[in-house]
Amino acid sequence: MSRLRDALERGDFVITGEVAPPLGTDLASMRTAVETVGPYCTALNVTDNQGATLHLSSLAASRELLDMGYEPIFQQTCRDRNRLALQSDLLAAWTLGLRNLLVVTGDDPRSGDHPQAKGVFDLDSTQLAGVAAGMNEGHDMLGRDLAGATDFYIGAALFPEAEPWDVQLARAERKVEAGVRFFQTQAIFDLDKLERAVAALEPSGAKVIAGVLVLRSPRVIDFINKRLAGLMVPDAVADRIRSATDPAEEAVRLATEQVRAVREIAHGVHVMPLGLDAEVPRILRDAGLADAE
Amino acid sequence: MIITKPRDWARIERNLTEIGARRVFIMGCGQCATVAGTGGEPEVREAARRLEEGGWEVTGWAVGEVTCHSGGTRLESRKHDTEIAGSDAVLVLSCGAGVQTVADAIAKPVFPGLESAFLGNVVRHGVFEERCQMCGDCVLDRTAGICPVTTCPKGLLNGPCGGMWDGMCEVVADRECVHVRIARRLAEQGRGAAGRIEPKDFSAKLKPGSLNLRETRRRGTGDAR
Ligand code: SF4
Ligand code: SF4
Repeated sequence: MSRLRDALERGDFVITGEVAPPLGTDLASMRTAVETVGPYCTALNVTDNQGATLHLSSLAASRELLDMGYEPIFQQTCRDRNRLALQSDLLAAWTLGLRNLLVVTGDDPRSGDHPQAKGVFDLDSTQLAGVAAGMNEGHDMLGRDLAGATDFYIGAALFPEAEPWDVQLARAERKVEAGVRFFQTQAIFDLDKLERAVAALEPSGAKVIAGVLVLRSPRVIDFINKRLAGLMVPDAVADRIRSATDPAEEAVRLATEQVRAVREIAHGVHVMPLGLDAEVPRILRDAGLADAE
Repeated sequence: MIITKPRDWARIERNLTEIGARRVFIMGCGQCATVAGTGGEPEVREAARRLEEGGWEVTGWAVGEVTCHSGGTRLESRKHDTEIAGSDAVLVLSCGAGVQTVADAIAKPVFPGLESAFLGNVVRHGVFEERCQMCGDCVLDRTAGICPVTTCPKGLLNGPCGGMWDGMCEVVADRECVHVRIARRLAEQGRGAAGRIEPKDFSAKLKPGSLNLRETRRRGTGDAR
């Protein structure tokens, strides 16, 4: 069963967080992050070689979360595997007990730590969602019966702030057609655009979990604006953090405001603490979300 | 046409040194490599000058009409058979297909003098862009005549990806996202939004491609791989 699916379908406001598997085999720091953020979240995304940089696989790390008593959202990118490997990993994920799946295209290898790597992109994320939906119905990509089906709760990424919106919306609708039931958005700064996205997807029944970043320092902002694709921190927001006497504290305040606002619009919030994991409980509490302590 | 680029000259010199070649014949190409400005007469002369400067003897040179054409290249080689016979190696300023044609035609060590880059559109004189990778399963019918397989750096059939910002591409940041262009052109032509495109049949492009028109004509089919 997927607690995430149950909560969203019940109409509960969900909280998701995010952990990155280590570069290596020592899981200690990932476990610490999980223990810090996990108790406040319905589920935690486990990234898959994020930023096209090498990490331990999301498959193994997701299983670790499960063993720790938390619910993972297994991420799968199209960049590193062809359709044989993707399908075989989906089957593996299900047998390992992973119930939530987030399919993403993946950053181009040229932007990561192995720029010489061949980007696979045998399938795109829309097609991969379709493959997973097929497995839920009991068949592989070729339509052959599986000895044992999956029942993934399938999610995808959504980019409410990246214009042109009509192109984004068309893409999101194709993802829904392919079998996507929930979206996690890129970081949100413009609440009107989030509202526009949630309203546009309302008829499809797909749930929208809005991303909130903790912009802990001017350096992080510069990094996002220069290096992170598909995201720009608006000037007003950047100025607010830059001119603060305590940028980290201001970032926590900003994130708290955003979480509170998102609560009125979306079906959940996805908190990306960018290292300020320890502040997540405070953000959620101050936003009126976390009753647990 | 096939776009070629100059190859690391030190590597060419190493190739010749490794087999102890002292006398070299140079072969260019009168077709693509001439247009690309990499293997025409001026470039062949320049290569000869550089070789001589490096201490090699250039026994002769030729710029065949179409170097990847087996018959033509055999003929061209025959015209120069004395010079070639007196050479230790042949340097070919053409794409890899031309180099192999020469290597088949001449029983001497043959080395590539250029890097083969892509099948290019001539956008303007001297400006080439890759627009088609000859995938064998063309989707231009669905994408308003803009190829996502080639011109989207990730080759996504359904896009844009999450890296698109303000209509621009994540990877080639000074270019518009291909999927934004496709959506716009489809809309301009009243063809609606791009529908979902199914996973591609990459077997249509399995190596090595071959097409024998004599046989297909005999059988009355046009299947090529
Ligand atoms: S879809 Fe294939 S054949 Fe058509 S233009 Fe693109 S690469 Fe060439
Ligand atoms: S931004 Fe558009 S063209 Fe660039 S990689 Fe992404 S989908 Fe392809």
